[in-house]
Amino acid sequence: MSPRTQKFASAGLIVSVFVLWELICLAFGISELILPRPTQIVGAFLEYAPAIRPHAWQTLYTTMVGFFFGVLIGLSLGVLIGSSKLAYDTCYPLLVGISSIPKVAVVPIFVLWFGAGTVPAILTAMIICIFPIVVNVSTGIATVEPELEDVMRSLKASKWEILWNVGLPRSLPYFFASLKVAITLSFVGSVIAETVASNKGVGNMMLIASSSFNVPLVFSGLMVLATMGISLYAIFAFVERRMAGWAMRKDL
Amino acid sequence: MSRSDYVKLEGVGVTYGLGPDQTEALCPTDLSLSEGDFVALVGPSGCGKSTILKLVSELLKPTQGNIFFGGRELGARPVRVGMAFQSASLLPWMSIRDNVMLPLKIVPPFKSDYRSKRGGEYRDRVDALLEQVGLLDFADKNPWQLSGGMMQRANLCRALVHDPDLLLLDEPFGALDQFTREELWQTMQDLWLARKPTVLLVTHDLREAAYLANRVCVMSPRPGRIIEDRAVTFERPRPIDATFEPAFVKLVQELRSQIVHTPTGKRSSAA
Ligand SMILES: Nc1ncnc2c1ncn2[C@@H]1O[C@H](COP(=O)(O)OP(=O)(O)OP(=O)(O)O)[C@@H](O)[C@H]1O
Ligand SMILES: [Mg+2]
Repeated sequence: MSPRTQKFASAGLIVSVFVLWELICLAFGISELILPRPTQIVGAFLEYAPAIRPHAWQTLYTTMVGFFFGVLIGLSLGVLIGSSKLAYDTCYPLLVGISSIPKVAVVPIFVLWFGAGTVPAILTAMIICIFPIVVNVSTGIATVEPELEDVMRSLKASKWEILWNVGLPRSLPYFFASLKVAITLSFVGSVIAETVASNKGVGNMMLIASSSFNVPLVFSGLMVLATMGISLYAIFAFVERRMAGWAMRKDL
Repeated sequence: MSRSDYVKLEGVGVTYGLGPDQTEALCPTDLSLSEGDFVALVGPSGCGKSTILKLVSELLKPTQGNIFFGGRELGARPVRVGMAFQSASLLPWMSIRDNVMLPLKIVPPFKSDYRSKRGGEYRDRVDALLEQVGLLDFADKNPWQLSGGMMQRANLCRALVHDPDLLLLDEPFGALDQFTREELWQTMQDLWLARKPTVLLVTHDLREAAYLANRVCVMSPRPGRIIEDRAVTFERPRPIDATFEPAFVKLVQELRSQIVHTPTGKRSSAA
C-alpha cells in the first residue's frame, strides 16, 4: 500500500468507528447515561465549551510546566549517568526501583506536602516523565560504539570532548523519541492528580460531571483530553523528525 | 637513539582480568618500528594483535615491560596517533568532510585554531586528502550515502588528517569484498608513499600484509608473542598483479604455514 492510501485507510477506520458507535447506540437504544452517542458528546462539548475552557487550560498548564521540569531533570540526569560507567551501574538499580513505583501512588503524598491543587499535578506530571528521558538519553550516550570511543581516546580527547562531539549528538534521536513518550505520560500524570486532588482541570471536571450523572459531559472531557494528548504527541513527533532526521536517514 | 627505535616494546606482556578470570593475552614480547616503516602484524585469532595496538595507542597499560616512543617512555609526552578499525564508525550526523576534520578539532596544536581555520586552511587540508583517495565529490555527503569501501577511505583520511606520528590500523579492510579490498590496498600504498607515516597494520589477510608492508611479524596463538619477523623487499609501488608472482605467492605460503602449523602456545594458568 502506498503511504497515501495508507493514510486514507487510517482516517477511514477512525471515521467508521465513530459511525458504528453512533449506529449501535441508536439500534440498541442505549441510554446516554451509559454510553452517549458521538453526536451527543459533541453537543455537550459545544454547550459546555465556556465552562470546559478554563479546565482545559489548567490541565495544559500543569502538564507543560511539569513536563518542562521533567525534561530538564531527565536530561541532566541522563547525561550524568550515561557519561560515566560508574554512575550508570550505581544509579540504574535505584532508577529502575523508582520507576516501578506506580506514580499514581505518590499523588496523596504530594497532596499531603503541598495541599490539593496545582502543585501536586505539576509534580506528578514531572516525576512521571523523568524516567523515560533518563533511560533514553543515558542509553544513547553509553552505547557509543567502542571502536569510535577508541578512535577518540587515541586522539587523547577528554571525556568532555567525547561527550560533546559524539555522546550528545548521538543521544539526540533517543532524546527526541523519549520526548514523544514523556509528553503523553506527563499528560496522564496531571489528569490523574487533578482527578484525585484538585478543584481545577479536566480530570476534576469529569469527576464532578460523573457524580452529577452528566455522562455526555464526562465523555466530552475525555474528547478534550484525547485531542490535547494527540496534538502534543504530534508536535513532538514533528520536532523529532526535524531535529534528528539524520537518524532516520533523511536529508536535513 | 637509533632510527630503528622509533617505537620500541621491551618485554611487554598483558594479562586481562583479575584472579581466577585472568587471561594472559600477550607473552612478554619485543617489537620495534623505525620511523616511516610499514609493519604488518599477523597471527591466529585471539593472539593479542589488537592488544598490541591498544598498548601503542595508550588505550591500555601493559601488565609488564616498557614501551618507548622516540627513545622516551610512552606517556612522557603526547604521541599523536591515528587509528582506524574494521568498522568505519563515521558520525552519521556529519558530512564526510566534517568527519575527516574531527581530529583537527581535538588534537593539539590544530585544535587551538580550529574555529578560525575550519573554513579555510583545514578545509583545504581535508579536501586534499579526500581528493587523494578519490572522495572529493562526496565531501558534502553523509556517511550513509557512501558504500562500505568509500566509508573505509574516509576512515583512513580521518586517521591521517592530523599527520599522526603513528598510524595504527586494525583490520581496516576486513569487512570489504575482495575487489574493493584490493582497490583500498592500492589507495593505502599511495597514501603511504606520499606521506610516509609510520604504520602498524593488523590483518588476517596474508596477501594484504605482504602487499602493503615492509615487514611482516607473525605471532603465535594466545598468549601471543612474535615468532617471525620477515622483511618484504618487493619494489614499490607494487602493482596488484605482483601478488600473483611466484616470489610473492611463496612468501604468503611460508607465512601461512607458520600460522597454521605452530602448536598452541603454553596456556595461561586459568584457561
Ligand atoms: N577487554 C578484555 N578483557 C578480557 N580479555 C580480553 C579483553 N580483550 C581481549 N581479551 C583476550 O585477549 C586475547 C587477545 O585479544 P586481542 O583482541 O588482542 O586478539 P586479536 O589478536 O586482535 O584477535 P582477532 O584477530 O580475533 O581480532 C583474546 O584471547 C581475548 O580473549
Ligand atoms: Mg583484533
